[in-house]
Amino acid sequence: MATSIPWNTREGPAAPIAAPASEPLGLRWTFIGISLAFLGLFLLLPLAVVFGSALEKGVGAYLDSFRDPDALAAIRLTLLAAAIAVPLNMVFGISAAWALGKFDFKGKSILIALIDLPFSVSPVVSGLIYVLMFGLQGLLGPWLIAHNIRIIFAVPGIILATIFVTFPFVARELLPTLQAQGNDEEEAAVSLGASGWQTFFHITLPNVKWALIYGVILCNARAMGEFGAVSVVSGHIRGLTNTMPLHIEAVYDDYQFVAAFSVASLLALLGLLTLAVKSLVEWSSRRSLAALESLEGKS
Amino acid sequence: MAFSFKRRSVVPGFGLSLGFTVLYLSLVVLIPLSAAFLKASSLSWHEFWQLVLSPRAVASYQLSFSGSLIAATINLSFGVLVAWVLVRYDFPGKGIFDSMVDLPFALPTAVAGISLATLYSPNGWLGRPLLAMGIHVAYTRLGVLVALTFIGLPFVVRTVQPVLQDLDREFEEAAASLGASRWQTFMRVLLPSILPAALTGFGLAFARAVGEYGSVIFIAGNMPMRTEITPLLIVIKLQEFDYAGATAIAMFMLACSFATLLGLNLLQVWNSRRERTGFSSPSAQGRGLQSLFAEEGGR
Repeated sequence: MATSIPWNTREGPAAPIAAPASEPLGLRWTFIGISLAFLGLFLLLPLAVVFGSALEKGVGAYLDSFRDPDALAAIRLTLLAAAIAVPLNMVFGISAAWALGKFDFKGKSILIALIDLPFSVSPVVSGLIYVLMFGLQGLLGPWLIAHNIRIIFAVPGIILATIFVTFPFVARELLPTLQAQGNDEEEAAVSLGASGWQTFFHITLPNVKWALIYGVILCNARAMGEFGAVSVVSGHIRGLTNTMPLHIEAVYDDYQFVAAFSVASLLALLGLLTLAVKSLVEWSSRRSLAALESLEGKS
Repeated sequence: MAFSFKRRSVVPGFGLSLGFTVLYLSLVVLIPLSAAFLKASSLSWHEFWQLVLSPRAVASYQLSFSGSLIAATINLSFGVLVAWVLVRYDFPGKGIFDSMVDLPFALPTAVAGISLATLYSPNGWLGRPLLAMGIHVAYTRLGVLVALTFIGLPFVVRTVQPVLQDLDREFEEAAASLGASRWQTFMRVLLPSILPAALTGFGLAFARAVGEYGSVIFIAGNMPMRTEITPLLIVIKLQEFDYAGATAIAMFMLACSFATLLGLNLLQVWNSRRERTGFSSPSAQGRGLQSLFAEEGGR
């Protein structure tokens, strides 16, 4: 029967039949070309400008930018803010994901909406909220002055603003993963006599470690890179209340472009690291999914 | 039990996790947010509207909202194209471009801001050739548009990609076998499935663009009544210690953000309801097929 079909009369493998549900090759490459041009224009070029401008006057000038005491102070302040905000938000994220992912209770959606709040408000408004609370004319302003506590235009305000804009990240990454895994393993552990903490550390945490890591990386990247909210609560005092993004703004406005882009390149590298970790997490979860499927296929 | 707050579960840790979550949220979000509302409510309605509708504020809304709308529309069209190309086609470097789509999320806004400003400045890599063609980008409204397009880029791509990935190819092939051209197949079978996700991405990109600060202020020029975005106006009012003005405008922006969020949530509900009744799943594509079939056969 097969031999009577005429289209296999050529020597060698038959020509592949063009898939009917697909565009002609020319159109395909046009689409690819337009997309890559769009992505290249809006993504790759700005990224190239960061590194190109940082190294414009050579590696010497690049490294000199980091000998500026204001730059070092800014780096220290950024690291401090991240070192406080990220662990706190990680604990919050785990706690919120546990409460929302493992249990059913009334008011869940309100809680989720509150957690998503920093994403829906402008960073400037986030900073404004803290100024209205702790600023000179704010709600607690007079009390703070009387006790000689400075929050706004000082380091504590910066840390608070950083905590506010970054607290959803870990929770949002953990929650879908926790929900997808269900309660089975935890319930089994409890029925075997494990305490709450044992269940958490030995059962839950290993299962969600990739989502947790990615959430922490995202939280950290945002904490170190936050500009709008911190700009509002900081006093822009060089060497004291400037984080790295604020320092970048300060030296850029002074036309010291190499200095600005050198510090910016550090943050850009952090951004690229974040993207790399995301790819790694996705690749790893794809691999474990494929392994699971192949196991199921065999049984 | 007539009323139960939480469904019974043997998983431990509900009290602790929910308690800590609520405590944290109260300290970080609720209390400062209520301070903002208290401050805003100290204004009379007349004062509030006078501040919100001042000519300078209205000019800034016009720029922020219309710029965000246009930028989100650009991202809607190109975003769908990019998602299509990334899901359906294979080409060298696809993985890298796929990861790079998230760059606007990962890159700090200040870094993006200065690199876009430098790129499009009169002697920048793109600014110079554009100037030779008579197109001014930096310090104009066009520059604002470029920055807003940059930061909204990932939203549509990332919401449409999963939908495209889950689409069943059968229906496209069936449409082709019924004689539909590729364009007809796209308009009748594919587009209805991806439209909800694309519109969600559009809304997210719009909301983000309206509140964006760091990426825009370097390239914008920031001239009142011409190239001043609303978040910048809020910051300027704060620097002038005009807390009332800043709060009024911020509350107005918050109200618009919440309205957008509400619209988005309703869209999501509509979308999931469609999925449950099978609209964007096989039978929707089937219905698209039916319409093609009816046209073809006249039956």
